[in-house]
Amino acid sequence: MAIIINADTKVICQGITGSFGALHTQGCLYYGSKIVGGVTPGKGGLSDENDLPIFNTVEDAAQATGADATMIFVPPPFAADAVLEALDAEVRVICCITEGVPVADMVRTRAVIDERNHGRSLDEQFVLIGPNCPGVITPGPKTGSGESRRDPYTNKGCKIGIMPGYINKHVSEAKTGKAVGIVSRSGTLTYEAVWQTSNVGFGQSTCVGIGGDPVRGVGFIECLERFQADPDTHGVMMIGEIGGTDEEAAAEWAKSNMTKPVAAFIAGRTAPPGRRMGHAGAIISGGQGDAASKIAALKKCGFEIAETPADMGAAMGRAMGVL
Amino acid sequence: MKVHEFQGRELLADAGVPVPAGAVVESIEEAASAYKSVTSESDTKLAVVKAQVHAGGRGKAGFVKLVRSAEEATEAARFMLSHRMVSPQTPPDGLEVTKLLIAAGVDIAKEYYLAITTDRATRRNVLIASAEGGVEIEKVAEENPDAIVKELIHPLMGLQPHQARRVAFKLGFTGKQVGQAVKIMLALSNAYQRLDCSLAEINPLIVTPKNDAHPDGQVLAIDAKFNFDDNAMFRQKKVAEMFDASEENPMELRATRFGLNYIALDGSIGCLVNGAGLAMATMDIIKHHGGDPANFLDVGGSATEEAVTEAFRIILSDKAVKGVLVNIFGGIMRCDVIAQAIVNAAKEVGFEVPLVVRLEGTNVEEGRHILEKAKSDIPTMQAATDLGDAAKKVCAAVG
Repeated sequence: MAIIINADTKVICQGITGSFGALHTQGCLYYGSKIVGGVTPGKGGLSDENDLPIFNTVEDAAQATGADATMIFVPPPFAADAVLEALDAEVRVICCITEGVPVADMVRTRAVIDERNHGRSLDEQFVLIGPNCPGVITPGPKTGSGESRRDPYTNKGCKIGIMPGYINKHVSEAKTGKAVGIVSRSGTLTYEAVWQTSNVGFGQSTCVGIGGDPVRGVGFIECLERFQADPDTHGVMMIGEIGGTDEEAAAEWAKSNMTKPVAAFIAGRTAPPGRRMGHAGAIISGGQGDAASKIAALKKCGFEIAETPADMGAAMGRAMGVL
Repeated sequence: MKVHEFQGRELLADAGVPVPAGAVVESIEEAASAYKSVTSESDTKLAVVKAQVHAGGRGKAGFVKLVRSAEEATEAARFMLSHRMVSPQTPPDGLEVTKLLIAAGVDIAKEYYLAITTDRATRRNVLIASAEGGVEIEKVAEENPDAIVKELIHPLMGLQPHQARRVAFKLGFTGKQVGQAVKIMLALSNAYQRLDCSLAEINPLIVTPKNDAHPDGQVLAIDAKFNFDDNAMFRQKKVAEMFDASEENPMELRATRFGLNYIALDGSIGCLVNGAGLAMATMDIIKHHGGDPANFLDVGGSATEEAVTEAFRIILSDKAVKGVLVNIFGGIMRCDVIAQAIVNAAKEVGFEVPLVVRLEGTNVEEGRHILEKAKSDIPTMQAATDLGDAAKKVCAAVG
């Protein structure tokens, strides 16, 4: 099970001939993802260095390969258009890794996606992940070295994006026999959470990096909703940061809708107001979005709080009653 | 990105929003003629001289002055151009002022607040207005939320005239004021979308007293504040040219040139981290163990060895730094790149202060191997097993 993607997900890469697109296409192949092709306008008919077919349009790629997911590595000025092209071609999972997309582009793009998703059930909805995100991974058990396409890390997992795959544990490799879902606004903090939850004996069902921009695709609630419905997810770790009110909204949602154990960490307790802390979305402004109020809201709604970023694995353990 | 008030007024005027006459001066000598030109059509001969710096608290610091003659304007200019402005929002030694705005004073019958920003919760741009203008809108929002009127703007249609009319009537505009206010709201909304703003604010928007020429008074913008989406500057050449490097921290600018994300803070522990979230979290855990971070520094995922070496130069050039914490969880960033940069920085600048290194993730074995080999050349270096251990070690080393 897991959420959003699984071992059968067929993935294409938009921007496959760019340096990052090429590098991470290979990384995903070596992990064991079913990467079936790529798109670079003008290079249709050629193959990339891994012998994957290249198409001129997403429509061509989706028709020829049956891809149901895409990862986008095109430069920021063209990223929103790439998302809309994938949507037009009915690609269900659209993962936009690109950092630096103008907010106005995402306001319009998100409005179009919301319109397309109107009235669709959770399983039928288009899922935009990102932009400015590390991607999504549903880990599989280690079955190979991960050093080539012929000998991938796993034959039962799927990684889309730039996360280091090998730090993840499949539930079958976890000493507690439990798997947690992870949803995060920050890339490297996700890796930290994966590492720590693995060390305390959990596997991960799926990890979603939703991205650090103020306007993006799926948020915390959309992921919590899917994790709650997924029988293979036994608890959820949520990693937020300063800026906006998404964590507060997610806390309220979880209070009335989640029965699974939840833990959270909020980055930016010591961040000064008015300064953008790297991510476009990480800024305390207009008296809103500071860490203290987010932590208070999460505590009130039953989240186990990691007091420091080194406490994330232990907090998940406390929430699950294994520590 | 922010621009100066005088630039904001230009952008407003370009958009078709009426603003009182104004002029920018950069010397004491220019003040008298600027005063005369901006007040040539006014009866009161009142003008205001305002220092053009991004920092707030200008009024209390004496850097906004009402003047009634060319002599007073010259005096105000002399004071502002020859003293550094010190306010709670400036560094302790203040800021040098090089540009002044001299604007015609206008009589005010009533003040309003008008702004557009992007509302993250609804993922739409929102028009925010209040009949309680001239004060901090956050305060109004907290003390009297009913005094704030909001209109969500459709992402594809933009602000519609009927929405602007609704706001105008709710704010209590009457007669010909309504049409003027509507025009201003539509112009501000267009400018917000056209210029990729993240904030476009008129505070105060004012109505002048009724007189024979304007029986319903005139609606004017007195002060403008624009912030822009940094991500969109590639298509906003005109706005990008308004960038004033002298308003920025020189170290932060230097970091930007190498693709590093650096923010100077006032503690003693320098941090070098990959990823914005982890960088913030690293600051948090330093504080948790009793230390104080000297900076936020995200080297990003694709930084080269050269950029990371530059990051160390920037951190070590801060004399307040008494220790350095390197916290890397390699995803795209490879641990061997970081390790090599540490070796380079040690050769070039030298680590006289304690250095604590925590490496995990992609190519971690290679990275650890590089540092192990260089250990004898970097005597102040300690390795840490995890994030908690790293924070404890660096806080203990700094004391």
